[in-house]
Amino acid sequence: MTQFIALFGEAIAFGTVILFGALGEILTQKSGNLNLGVPGVMYLGGIAGLTASFLYESAVANPNPMLCLLLSLIAALAAAALGGLIFSFLTISLRANQNVTGLTLTIFGGGIANFFGGSLNKLAGGVGQISVSVTSHAYRTNIAPLMKLKIGDFPIGQMLFSYGFMVYLAIALAVVLAIFLRRTRTGLNLRAVGENPATADAAGISVTKFRYLATTIGAAVSGLGGLFYTMDYIKGTWANEGTIEALGWLAVALVIFSTWKPLNAVWGAYLFGGLSRLWLYMPGLNRSSQELFKMLPYLVTIAVLIVVSLRKKRENQPPAHLGLPYFREER
Amino acid sequence: MQYAVQLRGVTKTFGSVVANNNVDLYIKEGEILSLLGENGSGKTTLMNMLSGIYFPDKGQIFVHGEPVSIASPKAAFDLGIGMVHQHFKLVDVLTAAENIVLGLKDKDGYKAIGQKIREICDKYGFVVNPDQKIYNMSVSQKQTVEIVKQLYRGAEILILDEPTAVLTPQETQKLFSVMRNMRQDGKSIIIITHKLHEVLEISDRVAVLRKGEYIGDVPTSEATAQSLTEMMVGRAVKLNIDRPEPVNPQKRLEVRNLTVLNSDGLRALDEVSFDAYGGEILGIAGISGCGQKELLEAIAGLQTPAMGSSISYYPPDSDKASNLVGKSPLEISRAGVALSFVPEDRLGMGLVGSMGMTGNMMLKSYRSGKAVFTDRKSPKELAQRIVSQLEVVTPGISAPVKQLSGGNVQKVLVGREIAADPKVLMTAYAVRGLDINTSYTIYHLLNEQKKNGVAVIYVGEDLDVLLALCDRILVLCAGRVNGIVDGRSTTREEVGLLMTNLKEVSPNA
Repeated sequence: MTQFIALFGEAIAFGTVILFGALGEILTQKSGNLNLGVPGVMYLGGIAGLTASFLYESAVANPNPMLCLLLSLIAALAAAALGGLIFSFLTISLRANQNVTGLTLTIFGGGIANFFGGSLNKLAGGVGQISVSVTSHAYRTNIAPLMKLKIGDFPIGQMLFSYGFMVYLAIALAVVLAIFLRRTRTGLNLRAVGENPATADAAGISVTKFRYLATTIGAAVSGLGGLFYTMDYIKGTWANEGTIEALGWLAVALVIFSTWKPLNAVWGAYLFGGLSRLWLYMPGLNRSSQELFKMLPYLVTIAVLIVVSLRKKRENQPPAHLGLPYFREER
Repeated sequence: MQYAVQLRGVTKTFGSVVANNNVDLYIKEGEILSLLGENGSGKTTLMNMLSGIYFPDKGQIFVHGEPVSIASPKAAFDLGIGMVHQHFKLVDVLTAAENIVLGLKDKDGYKAIGQKIREICDKYGFVVNPDQKIYNMSVSQKQTVEIVKQLYRGAEILILDEPTAVLTPQETQKLFSVMRNMRQDGKSIIIITHKLHEVLEISDRVAVLRKGEYIGDVPTSEATAQSLTEMMVGRAVKLNIDRPEPVNPQKRLEVRNLTVLNSDGLRALDEVSFDAYGGEILGIAGISGCGQKELLEAIAGLQTPAMGSSISYYPPDSDKASNLVGKSPLEISRAGVALSFVPEDRLGMGLVGSMGMTGNMMLKSYRSGKAVFTDRKSPKELAQRIVSQLEVVTPGISAPVKQLSGGNVQKVLVGREIAADPKVLMTAYAVRGLDINTSYTIYHLLNEQKKNGVAVIYVGEDLDVLLALCDRILVLCAGRVNGIVDGRSTTREEVGLLMTNLKEVSPNA
């Protein structure tokens, strides 16, 4: 039982990182841009948030938690958005190949983040010495009375309410994104851009504007995944072990798994989170067999791909123009 | 009289290609204007400048007398100009209503939108279900959505680019009656079409372009098919299709009880039996989607016939028939059965858009190179020969074929199939979207093949052409052979009736 509750908590934590990444990428892909730089922008978001609060906390004697929160949040959003902006400029304005640009962005983001992570370590006086306790505490504050809620012996409060606000922010974002895409005119226009930009263009929609905005905002949202990981999961330090990148790729897989639907992404994210941590809770695994368990999220994604393509439902297919540049006067 | 639109001295170039040179054109309010010209004469480019897709290099456009600059599609429909493109601009996974309001700034809910759509439909005589998804629609339904979309946006000037190319005669008539309703309502319509009888039927005035230059205009009442063709081509053209008597016809293909199931398990072809002879042209008529595609593909080996089907091929140099069922497309084409199929989107089957002509010739010949290297020389010569014989307009044989205009793409496709020296040549919609002059070039090519003893199977849409070109006409109806008639003695009415009324199959037959 305790094992299950611990795994559930990990599923939520990892799931939230993946969910932010996937939500941003859904928004991006709906515009027809395939940004494989998700791990990169998550790195950027994580390191920028950490750097901002580290500098602030070490500059003042009594850091204001609210200000810590705000500064790191803004820094993370801005840095990740900048990553998306670079991607947009290269692929939309210069019509560079999206796959190559995205992969480059991932390498770039990882490099930048680890460079600054190393620098912060040095400033802090050694590896593992970075501490932004006030900020991290602010991120991990939960609603204490709700946490104690129990149904009989079952610690429902601990399972559902023991997390920082970003867990719930991710779910709220998913709902907002779903309504935006399904119910609003702007969402309709965005879908049209991703499906058939020539049609959208002829209907008077600015393809360039929509793609820039969706990709930049999408990257900013993805960047929150990195921020959540550094501030909440590893409690405000820098770990150079590649987890963010691994979760970033899972976020890309989740976009496919969810068939581009934000609400599917929510439960999918927790499933992925749980599956990717399951190996820790399986008894008797050795070095090689635990790797098999780490593959589970990808296996599930492949299974979903097979089922979706067998069912041939048009609504579940990727945006028709995904990954392709658009140029009006091209024949 | 005020002009709805006037173009003065409009010029547009793409690189070194001059698509439009100093064109003057006007259209009055409440008028239907036909824009006529050969393939590649710049009609679509000119209209794209009106609809904001392209921007003119030189010249001035006036709308209702005011000089305007149309920099984007949005600017065009702010001026009341709407264009229905040859390739529909619709998003497949959205509904009709969603497509219609795409990009609009109003705040209407879908109920109000549906109401407004119904009002437009009632006014002009359309039928549209606002909640139907585009991918569930037929070509003609999609076109209706496109037109309603333009009217919904308040288009006063409507441009239709080859609207009838993919419609059946009945659907065309429906479209024409809608167009007349719109003219009644004071709207101006520019229609691009290659079918001269349609030009004469629907339009008030005809304007002609030739090689990007404006030639002139005539009121339709003073025009004939002959005079329009001469304006278009620039010289007298004979509008008769030759039909030499078949010489020494020999059986080449014997099809018996050919049945093909479609993906839903229904019979796309139902017990089709016929013979094709060398030295004759066998026409295949039928409403679109009655099994024409499946028939040709089954013979070419691209579809798997059901059990009990037999397709026998009699090569000219031996008496032994070979069964084509179960053979691979490569074996069948090596045996001398060629298929040149021109799909609705032209490039979809047979050519690779991003490759040049040489590369596309090589699709058929790449296996014949020595060792690991391919032979590029003979395909290159073949490409050059096709360019000069069929008068293909292209910047060069290495230019990607998708950059050529539709008619020229078709010439490349048909030219390549004929060059393979087939014994049986199957063509489907070989003249789809082609101008008169090029169409006649193709008919002439087919007749030449016929004289060489090739068995030609011609799937066509235009009944008049089928009646003038073919020795025998097989009429398909709902996947069955509904009759095989003699091309010389039959009438339009007889074939039309066979196309639409399926004869009861008597149990003894």
